Order: sequence, then structure tokens, then C-alpha cells
Amino acid sequence: MQAGDLIASDSRHAAPSDAELDRAWQVLDEVMDPEVPVVSVTDLGIVREINWQEQQLRVVITPTYSGCPATEFIEQTISQALSEAGFGNPIMVQQLTPAWTTDWLNQRGRDRLEAYGIAPPVGSASKRTLLGEDPVVRCPHCKSEHTEQLSEFGSTACKALYRCIDCREPFDYFKCI
Amino acid sequence: MSKYDQLTELLLHLGDSAIVQAQRLCELCGHAPALEEEVALMNVGLDLVGQARNWLEYAAERIDDGRDADALVYRRDELAYRNLLLVEQPNGDFAVTMCKQFLYDAWHYEILNSLIHSSDERVAGIAAKSLKEVTYHLKRSADWVVRMGDGTDESHQRMVKAVDHLWRYVFELAQLDETKQSVIEQGILPGGEDLPERWLAMVTQVFERATLGVPAPAPSIYLNGQKGLHSECLGILLAEMQFLQRAYPDASW
Repeated sequence: MQAGDLIASDSRHAAPSDAELDRAWQVLDEVMDPEVPVVSVTDLGIVREINWQEQQLRVVITPTYSGCPATEFIEQTISQALSEAGFGNPIMVQQLTPAWTTDWLNQRGRDRLEAYGIAPPVGSASKRTLLGEDPVVRCPHCKSEHTEQLSEFGSTACKALYRCIDCREPFDYFKCI
Repeated sequence: MSKYDQLTELLLHLGDSAIVQAQRLCELCGHAPALEEEVALMNVGLDLVGQARNWLEYAAERIDDGRDADALVYRRDELAYRNLLLVEQPNGDFAVTMCKQFLYDAWHYEILNSLIHSSDERVAGIAAKSLKEVTYHLKRSADWVVRMGDGTDESHQRMVKAVDHLWRYVFELAQLDETKQSVIEQGILPGGEDLPERWLAMVTQVFERATLGVPAPAPSIYLNGQKGLHSECLGILLAEMQFLQRAYPDASW
């Protein structure tokens, strides 16, 4: 028996069922990324799978970048949110394959990013080429497509730094990988 | 003779090269020529730390003597390190920093492009993850080599000097050592036979755009990163990187 089991074994403890799995997904819809707090972990597509392993909920997540320092924090936040919603101590599994891609970022996440001032990834990750043309990135502020890249890398591993030539505002671009 | 099998040797080679390159990049924190460049260098370093952890966790499981990835990084001496000689070289000026990064990125990109088809599923998975990141690293470092090589007289001269200085260490990138030959035969590094040619083609393509000449193939010297025979720079780098864990074993946040 683990320490958290005593707390989790109250009347709210979820029994294995498909309905409860749906409820777990809804809980995770409200767990936000710590560095981009407008998109949820499900918007980002980093929760790959939720299922039951006997009586325990098993959550499979995948990191966005190999060195993303937020991964452990996200794992804890997910685990805590599920515990508070009556799911006991979920089993957290990290999985590298298949590698996370921005193609998994859903439309709601893309809209939320742009509203927050971060340009969402342009195009599909699978069609990117090494020394190909840079994508046309739309300014999240004035919607101009007249923008330029300042740096391939920005404030976090997942972003690049851009500037709008029309409204002159700098902005982050969520890189396509 | 190494006490480890060739797959483990390869994992150490990939992990150690990534962590040593990352440590060199970390030295530039607070010292890069511009804020954007510093952010970029640190981001590249962070990716490499994450990749090193993935490779070395696998290596530690195979070695199976109770050590984890942290123990491999913080408690091994230089003779046990398997990194490329290139990445342990000091940062020098910005031309050396970016030229070193580019020569490594080009090799890294090409070897990962083979490893994603590895017969070992875990290797293929880590490689696929890493390749997405390294593609960005290479794009940026290649851009800098072109910008400085095909820039002012001063920046061109600095790049020429950087290439001349670093070229003596690239024989390891331009040749297949015993470990790589073995993992190619085992299907762990499929299509690795032409890795040296693919690396050189990438370097040649970028150097041409940068108006830089490609030097004659670098001859082997007595040093050999894959066998733990390093230049003196590695010991100094490790002394700094490992200080805390050596002085205060098992210290944690």
C-alpha cells in the first residue's frame, strides 16, 4: 500500500469504466502547460493514452523536447489533478516513441496560442526539409504575414523568436517539429 | 579491450558527445555575443542534455552495475568517456564555437538519420526524437558558418582559422571506427557505411556557400575518443562539471 492510497480510498474513488476514462480526459483538459498557461496538456497532444491497469489509472505522456525541463513538472501536475478528482495514484508512464510532433497540437490549442500572442506552428512537421524555405509566419498581434525570424530559438525550447515588420512587435513562434 | 558490448559503446559515444558539447555550450551562459545568440546556444545545450540522458539511461541499464545516467556523467573519469575529440575542444571565439557546433551537428544529423532505422527499437525511438531537434541545430549552425564565412574580411579570416584549428579532430567524423563497423554489421546503425561520405558532403555543401575551402582529409592521430584517449581539455571540463557531485556525493535539490 502506498501513502496516497489512504487518501484516495474515499467515496469518490473512481472504479474502472469507460465513462470514468472520459472523465479523466476532461480533468486533463483543464491541466495547463506551465510555460504556456493557455494551452492544456491535451491540446498539446502530450497525453498519448489513458487506460486502466487493474484498479489503477495509467497515463502515458510524451515529452515535447528531449531536454524540456517542464516534463517532470507536468507529470506531477497531471498526477495531482487526477488524484484530486478521485482517481487515486495514477501510474505515470513516459514514452518517447512515436516522437511528439506539433501536428498533434489541436485546433483549440492553435487558436489559444495565437490569442495569447504566440504564433502557432505553420504547416506539417512531416513536410519540413533541412535547408528549405522558412515558413510564412503570421503576426499574432496584427495578423500581418510580413514578418521575419530573429532567432531559431526563443524563450523556451519549443519556440523561435520573430518580429513583425508592419506593427514592429516581436513575438514567439511555436516551432513546427 | 572494452568490457562493454558494441551497442553499449555506441550509446556511451552518443551520450558522452552530447553531454560534453552541452557542457561547452553552458560555459557561454552570460558570455555570448548577443542575447538572442545566448538563448539559442542554451536551448541547443538543453536539447543535448535531454538527449544525453536518454542515451545514457539506456547505457546504464545495459551496464547494469547499479549506476544510473547521473552516475555515468558525474562519476566517470576521462578515460571512461567515449565522446568525440571535437566536442571537448574549448569554445575559442564565436567562429570556433559555431564551426565546432556545425561540424558536430552535420555528423550528428547524418548518424541520427541512420539510427532512426535501427534494428534496436529503443535506439530508433531516441534517434527519431533527437533528429527533430538536431535538424534545428544544424540549420542554425550552418547559417552562421555561411554568414561568417561569406561575411566581412575579418569574419572570413576568423572562420578560416577556426576550420584550420578544428580540422585535426574531425578524422573521427570522417572515418568508421571499430564500434561503428560492428554496429553497422549488427543492423543497429543501418546504412552507416557511407556516414563519413554523407558528413563530408554536408560540410562541403555548406563550406561552398560560405566561400570556405574544404581541407584535405584529416589524418588519424594517437588520440581516440571512442577508446578514452582524450586531449587534455576533457579533464579540465570534467573537473568543473563533476565538482559538486564529487565534493558532495549524492547532493540533490
